[in-house]
Amino acid sequence: MADWISDKGLQTATGPRAAGRRWGLVVDLDRCTGCGGCVIACHAENNLALAGPLDTDQGRSFDWIRIERYWDGEYPDLKAQFIPIMCQQCEAAPCEPVCPVFATYHTAEGLNAMVYNRCIGTRFCENNDPYNVRYFNWFEPALNWPDPLANQLNPAVTVRSRGVMEKCTFCVQRIRDHEELARIEGRVMKDGEFTTACAQSCSAKVLIFGDLDDPGSEVSQLVQSDRRFRLFESLGTEPVVYYLKGGQG
Amino acid sequence: MGMIVHPPELYPDEQINQDVLRPVFVTTWKWWILVAISGGGFMAGLATWFYMMATGMWVSGLHRPVMWGLFISNYVFWIGLSNSGTVISAMLRLSKADWRRPITRAAEAMTVFALLIAAQFPLIHLGRTWLFYYILPYVNQRQLWNNFRSPLVWDMMAIMAYLGGSILYLYLPTVPDFAILRDHAEGIKKKMFTLFALGWRGTRREWTTLNACILSLALLVLPVAVSMHTIVSWDFGMTLVPLWHTSIFGPYFVIGALYSGMALVITIILILRWAFGWQKYITPFHLDKLGKIMLVAALVWFYLWFNDYITAWYGKLPDEKIIFDIKNAGPFYWWQMTMMLSNTMVALPLLAFKKFRTSPWAMFILTIFINIGMWIERLLIVVPSLVQKGPSFTWTTYHPTWVEWMLTVYPLAGFTVLYLLFVKVAPLISVWEIREDKVACATKKMGQAELRAVVAE
Repeated sequence: MADWISDKGLQTATGPRAAGRRWGLVVDLDRCTGCGGCVIACHAENNLALAGPLDTDQGRSFDWIRIERYWDGEYPDLKAQFIPIMCQQCEAAPCEPVCPVFATYHTAEGLNAMVYNRCIGTRFCENNDPYNVRYFNWFEPALNWPDPLANQLNPAVTVRSRGVMEKCTFCVQRIRDHEELARIEGRVMKDGEFTTACAQSCSAKVLIFGDLDDPGSEVSQLVQSDRRFRLFESLGTEPVVYYLKGGQG
Repeated sequence: MGMIVHPPELYPDEQINQDVLRPVFVTTWKWWILVAISGGGFMAGLATWFYMMATGMWVSGLHRPVMWGLFISNYVFWIGLSNSGTVISAMLRLSKADWRRPITRAAEAMTVFALLIAAQFPLIHLGRTWLFYYILPYVNQRQLWNNFRSPLVWDMMAIMAYLGGSILYLYLPTVPDFAILRDHAEGIKKKMFTLFALGWRGTRREWTTLNACILSLALLVLPVAVSMHTIVSWDFGMTLVPLWHTSIFGPYFVIGALYSGMALVITIILILRWAFGWQKYITPFHLDKLGKIMLVAALVWFYLWFNDYITAWYGKLPDEKIIFDIKNAGPFYWWQMTMMLSNTMVALPLLAFKKFRTSPWAMFILTIFINIGMWIERLLIVVPSLVQKGPSFTWTTYHPTWVEWMLTVYPLAGFTVLYLLFVKVAPLISVWEIREDKVACATKKMGQAELRAVVAE
């Protein structure tokens, strides 16, 4: 089987095409205005189910990327701080070993992948996820997009069924698309040739996506910054989402 | 010499048969009423479960990040209850405690039924229950395998090992009793008991083999029981969740299980005592002995709980302090107080008195309160750590819905149904062991001294 694939010039997911790549995301908090554009883009790109105010209030919304708002100071001298939080695609992801059925695992290119068909819904991964960025499908998918919203679903992304977990994929469908494109055109993928939906829609250029193992990529340059930090770094989860923030406030 | 347990002259063989086998053959209207009530509760719970499967998990009060709630609390609680039956029976058999004889059967059955109930909760709480078999390492065309690094897989294997061991451990010592039943029964029941008795004739060789089997099984099942509760604790201990991630959970869960399980053993034997008029078999002497074991369990349980408590308080790790505070000053304060009251502050001093331990009513009420307290303890392990973990933006509260409360009553009804049905299948006091005791307790005069005629086992 493997021979047949290489004869045709195709490559497997964990094979040569993944080698030497480590996807990462940089979030420049000094630029974030908390507009929520990334959240909308993510909903449109990844077929995120819509939850009403009641379900959102109950913690059953789907926000693969969410903007957390924290208040600084005392009234009237208040300052809002925004931090977009998405799956940190940890290199030592605590959600992975606890899954009894391998529904979530690490790919060779550093993605924390989710196999929806494999998931039986123990929800252990979300318990062991310190960032609370895993989302469970409480409802029938048909209820999530009342007509005519079902017509705008992205055909490149699976609609998840009831009872499975889901989470940010770093827009893996875009990664695969551009890999194919580069292969057909017989070239290597360029840095910045494509980006995730959230990064694409961010008007303040807060989010920058790229290959951390490519020394010339924009993310590689940015993570050298001394404004760099990672969320809950002391837990040793080794996230590949790097936040940038300088000074106070 | 203490209390006389079984004055043998009062127990002719026919009397024992009469007393102990009667519930198997005689069915009263009370039994039917109890079966109707608990069977109704069981069916209602089953219907609720299917309703949740058909509509989705949103009918529960679970939400992000409280992914485990009452379902898992109930699971841990019922796994805990399943501990003591087999464990107490195995410990007493191995230590050759003769007073164990009237209580082993009831205790062993309790383990099997509590475990059958507990094993349903991991299924109930699954998002896609119908695909539960993905967790089994079964051979399949797609060459998919389960993840042996996950504590849930260890859990599944521990439940299966413990269930298998406990069923065998319940069945083997019942074989001679099935033979007695076979000899007394008629019609379809005779056929059933003939099958269960496996052709038991009571030859010397059969007895030797049986005793060897029971003792070696007792020896094997004890470590399985300990591993079962340790592995359940690892569902929590192996995670990064504040106040779950602690190494004390292994022994703490084992002793907690022994504590609540002992309480249920006492509750059950007291109900049997009243229901079947077994006052002369299950005596205050047994309550005293079991009460002492429970007292030790209560002391060790409190000791381990306090260890966990004081370490979290003294360490003041930011994440742990948040959870610690909501347990001790926040919304879970009254739950914690109720637990401490019933499990330690009231239970410990009361159990210290022999007068209390030997009083059936007092023990009945206390053991029920202990189990309410232990249920709360499981709730306090599972829920508070989840409501305020991770970024404070996502913190919530947890309010179980009627579905979860129904499925909290469901195991109680299911357990009662199983137990009531079992009453009709096997004598809940081991007939042959009581008779063996009678022989073993017989004394012989040697000059001035009175000696035991037979050395037990």
